[in-house]
Amino acid sequence: MAFIKASSPHAHQVGNTGTVMLMVLAACIPGILALTVFFGAGVLFNIVLTSLFCLGFEAAALKLRNRKLSFYLKDFSAILTAVLLAIALPPYAPWWLLLCGAFFAIVVAKQLYGGLGFNPFNPAMIGYIVLLISFPLEMTQWLSPEGFAHVSIGDGLAQVFSGQALSQIDGYTAATPLDVIKQNNTLLLENIYAQNSLFSQASWAGLGWEWVNLGFLLGGLFLLYKKVFTWHAPVCMLLALTILSALFYDGGSSSSTGSPLLHLFSGGTMLGAFFIITDPVTSSTSNRGRMIYGALAGVLVFLIRAWGNYPDAIAFAVLLMNFAAPFIDYYTRPRTYGHKKAHIGINKKP
Amino acid sequence: MNEYKEISFNGLWKNNPALVQLLGLCPLLAVSGSVVNALGLGLATLLVLVGSNISVSLIRNAVSDAVKLPAFVMIIASFTTCTELLMQAFTYELYQILGIFIPLIVTNCAILGRADAFACKNKLIPSILDGFAMGLGFMLVLVAIGAIREILGTGIIFGNMHLLFGEAARSWQISLFGENYKGFLIAILPPGAFLVTGLLIAVKNIIDAHMKKRAAAKSKSPATRSKRVRTTDNTA
Repeated sequence: MAFIKASSPHAHQVGNTGTVMLMVLAACIPGILALTVFFGAGVLFNIVLTSLFCLGFEAAALKLRNRKLSFYLKDFSAILTAVLLAIALPPYAPWWLLLCGAFFAIVVAKQLYGGLGFNPFNPAMIGYIVLLISFPLEMTQWLSPEGFAHVSIGDGLAQVFSGQALSQIDGYTAATPLDVIKQNNTLLLENIYAQNSLFSQASWAGLGWEWVNLGFLLGGLFLLYKKVFTWHAPVCMLLALTILSALFYDGGSSSSTGSPLLHLFSGGTMLGAFFIITDPVTSSTSNRGRMIYGALAGVLVFLIRAWGNYPDAIAFAVLLMNFAAPFIDYYTRPRTYGHKKAHIGINKKP
Repeated sequence: MNEYKEISFNGLWKNNPALVQLLGLCPLLAVSGSVVNALGLGLATLLVLVGSNISVSLIRNAVSDAVKLPAFVMIIASFTTCTELLMQAFTYELYQILGIFIPLIVTNCAILGRADAFACKNKLIPSILDGFAMGLGFMLVLVAIGAIREILGTGIIFGNMHLLFGEAARSWQISLFGENYKGFLIAILPPGAFLVTGLLIAVKNIIDAHMKKRAAAKSKSPATRSKRVRTTDNTA
């Protein structure tokens, strides 16, 4: 299938690539702060190390492709990919995990396809999924919000560089709220909420994660205000997720898939809605296309969370929708100026 | 003699069924998880390919165009059944592991393609050689992918070789990265097959481009050649 370029009128430019990327990076700060407060400095190590690896791979790949290093490195796209990948990984992840993720994100998913703007899939999500599929043990063990206080920064660093995952220290790791709901098939939700400290100490959705998601929501709203992206995709995704999770909530029985509030404010929901599916390269280009793209991503997130094998689903949903984006674009071409109707497809006569 | 050289070069490199024609990708991607699986299926395909090329070449003047394709498929199916029975008799465990992919050799387009494109137009000896070269080219690529995926995915190579070569081959297994290697699971999973195949094709293209460049530099260097000769060279 041909990749269709977006038709005019083209969106008004916010600035060059570098400034937009910087703005998105700045918008990540509240979420990163929340992550650091609840899960420790390991989050920051992840970010620093992954950024270094990503920049290294980007420079090497550009060099091999005979591109100008300074120009492409200064657009901050590699760092943004690194940050998005790093905050999806468990804190104090071993260095080889980060290296491997950075390699697949930058070299395989981005540069092999021709660099920024030519990648059909979101690089950070490719990196994440390769790691999740290849190293399930290291990838699914998160430090618990209570446990991280017992891990000193030195211990954490030692773990990072000895190549052992922190998960091997007993008692400091815990399932995420989504995991808990997924594994449950005997208890009523209210019983889980009363017994499990992840929920009993939380304000409304799950200890730590609610604030992390709130942070990313704030950052996302800032980007929306700055017109870095339009509201269509995130709003439709969150709406679809809310409606589906409300339909299958069934009042909190033992087979409930969790409340809408839990789904909106745990895992990577807000990160996905505002930072991942709004990626201008890999998502749909028209407003109508973005609405369909976002809504279907939301549906997929819920389907995979409720009946899939993995606890969180943002990355899988985003990649599946990346596959579908050219197809959606094909059927949602906007009306061009001077024509009464939008042309569906390529070869139809006006 | 030169003709035979060209046929071999075609099958093994220039027109390799797996890397250039991209035929028979289904078994190529599905069973290349380890060297032993790849070698097993590669040998089976090689046997069927040589057998079908021989038969097709022998009957090429007796079969009319109208029933050409059904006849080829019948021949290939017979050879596949023979191979399947042989594997069931001598390498039963491997036969079970490869499962549906042995009977599926019938649908491998590389085999039907060679029957239609080469064997039914050529004499017996070149057809045998073509079947052997194509089959060997396919098998080598299959084994290369199997080796890369096995090394990355499990850290060992030549594991379970006794399935094909008997008990003596049990000790062929070599552990490359020591006990602590966790295994890069995606390499043995289906995405790994696509990634490794894509990378192998890329490597082949790089080598081809390099060789072309060298050949061009070589043909350019003797300045005595006239301009006209060079243009005909290029158009040919």
